[in-house]
Formats: sequence, structure tokens, C-alpha cells
Amino acid sequence: MRRTYVALVAAFAAPTLVSAQAKEWREIHKPPLRAFVPQQPRRFTLANGLVIFLQEDHELPLVRGTARIRGGSREEPAAKVGLLGVYGQAWRTGGTKNRTGDQLDDELEARGARVESGAGLDSTTLGWDCLKESFDPVFVTWLELLRSPEFREEKLAIAKNQINTGIARRNDDPSGIASREARKLGYGKESPYARSAEFATVAAVTREDLLTWHAATVHPNNMILGVVGDFDSKAMEAKLRKALGSWPRGTAFTKAAAPTYEPKPGVYFVPKDDVTQSNIRMLHAGIRRDNPDYFAVEVMNEVFGGGFSARLFSNIRSKKGLAYSVGGGIGAPFDYRGLFQLAMSTKSGSTAAAIDALYEETDNLLKSPVTADELARAKDSILNSWIFNFDTRQEVMAERMLEEFYGYPADFLERYRAGIEKVTTDDVARVARAYIHRDKLALLVVGKAQDFDRPLDSFGAVTTLDVTIPQ
Amino acid sequence: MRRMPLGPVLAGLAMVACARAAHAQDVAAFEKKITVRTLANGLTVLVCERPEAPVFSFFTHVDVGADREVPGITGLAHMFEHMAFKGTDRIGTRDYEHEKQALEAVEAAYAAYDGERRRSVGRDDKKVAELEKAWKEKIAEADGYVVPNEFGEIVDREGGVGLNASTSSDDTRYYFSFPSNRVELWAYLESERFLKPVLREFYKERDVVHEERRMRTESSPVGRMVEQFLAAAFTAHPYGQPVVGWPSDLDTFSATDAAAFHARYYVPSNMTIALVGDLRSSEALPLVETYFGRLPSAPKPQPLRTVEPRQTAERQVVIKDPAQPFYLEGYHRPAYLHPDDAVYDVLQDLLSSGRTSRLYRSLVRDKRIAANASGFSGFPGVKYPSLFAFFGVPTPGHTPQEVQAAIRVEIERLKTEDVPEAELEMVKTRTRANLVRGLDSNQGLAVQLGLSQARYGDWRGLFQEVDRIQKVTAADVRRVANDTFVEANRTVAIIESTRMATAKEAGQK
Repeated sequence: MRRTYVALVAAFAAPTLVSAQAKEWREIHKPPLRAFVPQQPRRFTLANGLVIFLQEDHELPLVRGTARIRGGSREEPAAKVGLLGVYGQAWRTGGTKNRTGDQLDDELEARGARVESGAGLDSTTLGWDCLKESFDPVFVTWLELLRSPEFREEKLAIAKNQINTGIARRNDDPSGIASREARKLGYGKESPYARSAEFATVAAVTREDLLTWHAATVHPNNMILGVVGDFDSKAMEAKLRKALGSWPRGTAFTKAAAPTYEPKPGVYFVPKDDVTQSNIRMLHAGIRRDNPDYFAVEVMNEVFGGGFSARLFSNIRSKKGLAYSVGGGIGAPFDYRGLFQLAMSTKSGSTAAAIDALYEETDNLLKSPVTADELARAKDSILNSWIFNFDTRQEVMAERMLEEFYGYPADFLERYRAGIEKVTTDDVARVARAYIHRDKLALLVVGKAQDFDRPLDSFGAVTTLDVTIPQ
Repeated sequence: MRRMPLGPVLAGLAMVACARAAHAQDVAAFEKKITVRTLANGLTVLVCERPEAPVFSFFTHVDVGADREVPGITGLAHMFEHMAFKGTDRIGTRDYEHEKQALEAVEAAYAAYDGERRRSVGRDDKKVAELEKAWKEKIAEADGYVVPNEFGEIVDREGGVGLNASTSSDDTRYYFSFPSNRVELWAYLESERFLKPVLREFYKERDVVHEERRMRTESSPVGRMVEQFLAAAFTAHPYGQPVVGWPSDLDTFSATDAAAFHARYYVPSNMTIALVGDLRSSEALPLVETYFGRLPSAPKPQPLRTVEPRQTAERQVVIKDPAQPFYLEGYHRPAYLHPDDAVYDVLQDLLSSGRTSRLYRSLVRDKRIAANASGFSGFPGVKYPSLFAFFGVPTPGHTPQEVQAAIRVEIERLKTEDVPEAELEMVKTRTRANLVRGLDSNQGLAVQLGLSQARYGDWRGLFQEVDRIQKVTAADVRRVANDTFVEANRTVAIIESTRMATAKEAGQK
């Protein structure tokens, strides 16, 4: 060990002697980045409609896979909000027809493997992660869960317990309150895109509901599967075809209607007394990612709210010292309209000053559009960090799965790059005017009103929101 | 949000492979990729070649955290971390010569103002107001020379991602990732900010840090509880002080204090840098030498004198709060270099890892009194004797006292029954996996290798931890549990909800 070290020092003695002088940063040469063509995953479709991606990566002796299935919490019945939350846990913990969840825990742990389920707004997932040599038994477990989950009652109870704990505690976190209520203001209180699980809606979820959900969504033609790791693609394809090829098609799943709600401008307030800081949100409707203006919006977001050099960070945090956390921009989800949102927290005594500052930045964005320098900075930042979108093989596959899932073109990343390159200062000014409307902003504050520097009604008539947790 | 949920679902066991496949092979494989060098000024640099994609990550470890703070300057290590983003004499300024004078004037004005406002006898409030005004005028003057956030802007613009830093009770860490054609630019930026930091906009940033305190500590029930818990558990050692600092200190310490802290602790002998990715050590090391070799050498700071004295009586913190209930208890344990360190790692895993862990099975699965329960080692740090802590989040309708009783049952089992061989074996496999987790990304590797190099003086320490855990026996676990988990060595913190959720026994159904 010691010898190696000495040898290394000797080896570097020579270059040190001729090493260059330290330069100033503007003079430092940046050679062109070496050519790098990321390895694309292999994509194929089974006769039953199942789309599969295979991405070989032999760095570690691991095989990891995930199935993403259409249908999520936005599609659950209003009287049973929380169904998907229970499903996402109990799918795995409830075991299979052959084995209980506890048995699966023991068996998987003994192999150092993992199989996990999950649920989100628009989809559910079932994935595995194992050593190459335990792929066969782990894959059997995954298949059993996919095809014959049992959703045992006692595991439903545990899942409900955890969700109820979250409900009971949700008003302890002021930024959590702000985020939740902002979504309600943006999409409507009862919207599938904003509503919250309550004790009663969680209690209404039954094992039957989970079985029904599973039967309605988990079909080969309603999901995509991606596998990455240390395997031979040909052999893996043969295994997957054999295991999944005879699975019959199901009825196509119907997606929830896209939100059309127009947020109501106004001043909204949630009283919270055990804080020294106010959480502030301002919002109105945003855009969807397939909007042709998306690229200009991305550049605008970078100038306005992205990173250390953005206007919000520089002006409100660095120059004014008003916030630790401040950010914002136009949201652009893949398949529904996002929100334009500003978010910050500041001490109770500077609440009004902070709101003034956020309005000022919004006005400035409309009045003094981005400069050529800001544009160049934002584009450089996006384009120079481009490589980090595909610097691992897993990321490359994940990107392709996203495009597949949402029906975006397979070269969306390349189009994104080309789109960003073309954005001009005029484009940014135009999209700012088109998508940011100061008079449509809803203002939301969570905090302790008696400590504010100015009453909230100085910004308009205040609507107090009741966030009491229904018992 | 752009990524598939593949990561969160599957991230966990990514490195079981290395754990299983006798790690001696891994050490051998890493030997070929890793070069370590100590510069003449004492700085340690590690380069690990991993040439998949043309990118690299780095990790700078500075062996100072809140541990070296004394009353009056609590929060200063973290404050300096914020200041390390404020630029240098070339970055972040329009005219450094004049800015320098203006910043000196700010300090003089602040000293005058601060001296007067904190006079306990004979303070002249009118004079305080005048001095405050004068200080703020000097700040405005100095601010006129600032190019805001130019350091971060350069990193962003050059394609850097993940620019961030963190401060703990033990150390301060800096990191980001760059495209691999910018190694020299990185060497410039990272050396320059520690060589010639300019503490501009200090008092605005102090306000920002105070906002961070309001967010993480004051406006969070668990944040408030943890602060009280640590203050009770440690009577002498700085582990009892909040990393973010006490409010009085955040309102008082100066840029002059921060400069003194930097001069004393940001010396090359106290710093370790790890670089991982698409770079060759034969090219990267000369650049590191050129740029970081400029840092003036200075002796490594003397070890901290204060050692937490043996606790002789149980301590309790009970917080009556409108928030939901919470339970936390901790027992003093030795520092990470103690021979029993690995036994505590085993205890942690046995109690807390996954659905087969003892606390999950008892409190979450069987008794259903907690949504989450865990035991964790090394709180709030590992460098010095710290705590082995347990916490439980009661489900609706259940109390911290029920959680406490259930945790104590599991502790008693550890003290009176040997851990079955099969369970210990499972724990060892899993713990080995945990130790090497995160090694499959450039940034994760940089952190793990850099940390081991700094802590053990050898990156192989990472793998030697695996060896030590391998040797832990059931008798060790029982002995350490009996030595550690005793009443007089315990501190308890409870949030007693002043509006206990009725929740209609929602959790019971």
C-alpha cells in the first residue's frame, strides 16, 4: 500500500515540474467534449400489446425492471380518494395467491433483492431489483404479484394506518399546507388533480376495490415494461416473451378528463399560529408540455426562477435577504395543464414585503423582458448540462419510457435541444405576455397574521380557507 | 419530475452485488482506478477513473462543522458554507479594489453599531439607531460593486449540475458535476473560492440563513423538538448546539468572525477532495496541483478538547404542542473509531432496515401503533461520542407512551436474548449492501470515497467497515445493548399533542 503511494508520487513528479501556471477563468481553455453516443434501449412489442424496453448495462451484476401501468389517483372515485394510496402499498405487502407478503419479505431479503409497488397521479408501478443470479426466482415473484396479487386484509389495514397518519399530520407542515391548498386553488377543490384523501374516503376503500382496480388496469396493452442491467438481450427477450406472451389483452383504460378549471384570482389565507415564517404562493393556469411554446417557456423559467443566477434567487434571496427558499415558473406536465406558480417563505414580519417583491418580479418580467445576456446564460445553462440527461444507461431508458408512456416522439430530447437553441429574446417576451397574467394571480398565505408587517387585506379582500381535517 | 419512478422504487439494493461478490475483488478493482495524492501543502486529493459518459463529479470535504463553534458563533460553519458561493476577488465584483475598502468600512460600521446596541449599561438608543443607519449605508455602498451570484452563474452556464453544499455537526461538504472538458475550470473555481473568498453581502446572507432556521427549526414541530432534545442530551460537547445556530448568534456574528473561522479551519491539511468520472489522474492531478497548490499550508487544527462527560441521570424533554405526537429517545455511544462502531451498525440495521426489521414488525405491522419506527446510530454526528437514537411516529389514536413501551420491549429483547444466527446473517448481508450503496454514480462514489479518505486516512476504510461488520457476533450485540441502553444514559423527547387527534380510530379498522 505504502509502496504504491510512493510510486505514484514519483510518477507525477515530472508533470508537476512542467505544470502550467494557474489561469484566470475566462482564459481557461475548454476542449470540445468528446463525442458520446448514448446506447439506446431495444424496444419491441408483444402481440398482446405489451411494449418492452431492454437496456444492457454490464457495469454491475444487477438486473432491474419496472412496469408502469396507466391509471392513477386522478382516476379513483371521489368517495374513495386514497384508494390508489392503499393499492400502491398493499399490492406488494398483501402478497400473492401462493405466498403472504411476510413470506415475500423474508425470501427477498435473504437474496438481497427487492420487489416494490407504487402508485401516483397517473400510473402505478411494479418493479424489481436483484442480483443477476437471483433473477429467475425474483422474476417469478414479480410475475405472481403482477398476475395474482392477494391484497390480504391485514395489509390493507396497515396501509390505511399509514395514510391516516399522513392525514392527521398534514397540518403540522406549513409548506405542505401551502402546496396542497395552492393545487386546490389551481385545479378546483374537488378536482382529481388536487383533492386530498380524508379519513372517511380512506375508510371506504375495500379489498374488493383493489381487486377491481387491478383487474381494470393491469393488462399487457395498458402498460410498458423496462429492464436494465447485466443480461443478454436475446435471452432476456425470450424469457419475457415466454412469461408474458400468452397474457390476454384487456379492455383499454379510459383516462380522466383533463382539467379545465380557471383559478379564481384573489387573496387566500390559512391561519397558522405556531410558525415564525409565512409560506406564500401565487398562481394561475400554466401550460401542457406539447405546447409549441414549451421551449421558450423553459428558457423563460430558467431566467426567472431556475438556479443560482435566476432573477427570483438573485433579487429576493441574495439582494433582499427575504427568503431561504424562493422559486417559480410555468409548470408544463406531459398530459395536462400545469400551473404558473411562485413559492417562497419569509419571516412573518416581512410577509407583505415579500409579496410586494414577488409582484414586482412578475411585473418586471412583463415590462422588461429578458436581455440578450440573460437569454444566452439560460440557453448555455440548459445546453451545456445537456449531457446529464443521458449520462447513465438507466436514464436513457427511463427517458424513452417516459416518451412512450405519454405518447411523445421518441426523439423528444433531441427536439428539445433544437427547440431551446432556436429561442430568441422576442420569443421569451412573447410567451411571458401570453402565459403570465398579473391580474389573474391567486395569492395564498399560510402564517400568523398578527405578526405580519401589513394586513393581507391591503392586497384585496381576504378569503380565509378552512383546512380543518374532517374527523 | 421528468424521470420515471424507477429510481425511488428500485434504488435501494443497487449495490448488493458488490456486497455479495467478496468485496476483496472490489477493492482490487478500485485499486486500478484510484490514485491518491497529498500535495505539499497538505491537501489530500483522490481521483477515481470511471470513463462511461464524458462527465465527472467532485466532493470537497472540510473537516470542520458546527463542532468547532463556541457560544457567540454558533451557526458560523454553516454561514461560511453559504459565503463560499459569494465569489472571489475576480468573481462577483465590478471593482475589487474599491469593493475591498467598502467591505472594510462595513465591518468597522458594524463593530461600532454592534458594540453600542449590546451595551448592557448606559446604552444610547438614539446612537444605536444612528450607527445602524450608518452601517446600512456602508452596506449599500459595498453592494454597488457586487455582481450577484456570479460564481453560481458560471457553474450553471458552463453546464454544472447539482451545485450544492451542506454543513453538519461534523463537517462541511461541497459538490457538483461538470462535463469532462471542464476539469481545469473546475480546479480554478473550487480552489479560488477557498483561496480568496470575499465575504460580500454577508449580512443579507445572514438574514437568508435566519430564514432557513425559521423554516427547518422554528416552524416545524419535529425541528423544534430535535433542537431541545440535543440541547438536553449534551451538556458540554458542541453536539448539543444547533448546526444552524442560535437566533442571538445569527443576529450578531460578523464577516470578520467568518473570515477568522475560514483562516483557522479552511486549511489544506484539513481538506480532502475526491474526483470521480471521465478523467485521467495523469491529467487531472497536475491541474489540481497547479490550482490547489496555491492554498497556503497551515497545521491541521488541534483536536477538540471537550468530551461529553458520562451521563448519570435520565433526562426528559416534554413539549406540549398543538402538533401531532412524536417520540424520540437516545443513548450515548462512542465515536466512530471505537472498536464497537460496527456493532452499532448491526444494531441499527437489525432494528430499522426494511419490512423484516424488528421495529417495523413490532410497532408498524403487529401492534400498528406507529406509522414509522426506527433506530439509528451516530446522531447528530460520528466524529465524537454521539447518540444511538430511536424514534416512532404514532398512528392516529395512539400515544408516544405506547410507542415508548414497544421500543423498550425490543431493547429488552436485545439485552436478554441472542440474535438468532440467521437474522444476524441477513443483517450482515444487508448492512454490507447499505455501506456500498450509492457507489454506482459518480457523485455517490465521490462522496463515499472522499469521506473514507478523510475519516480513515484511506479510501479502503469504506471496505474495511464491511470487514468489521462481518465479524460482529450475537454476543457483541448483547454486550453492547446492555452497556448502552440503560436508563441513566438516556434522553427522551416527547411531543404531547395539546389537541390529540380523535381520528375516529380511523387507524383501527
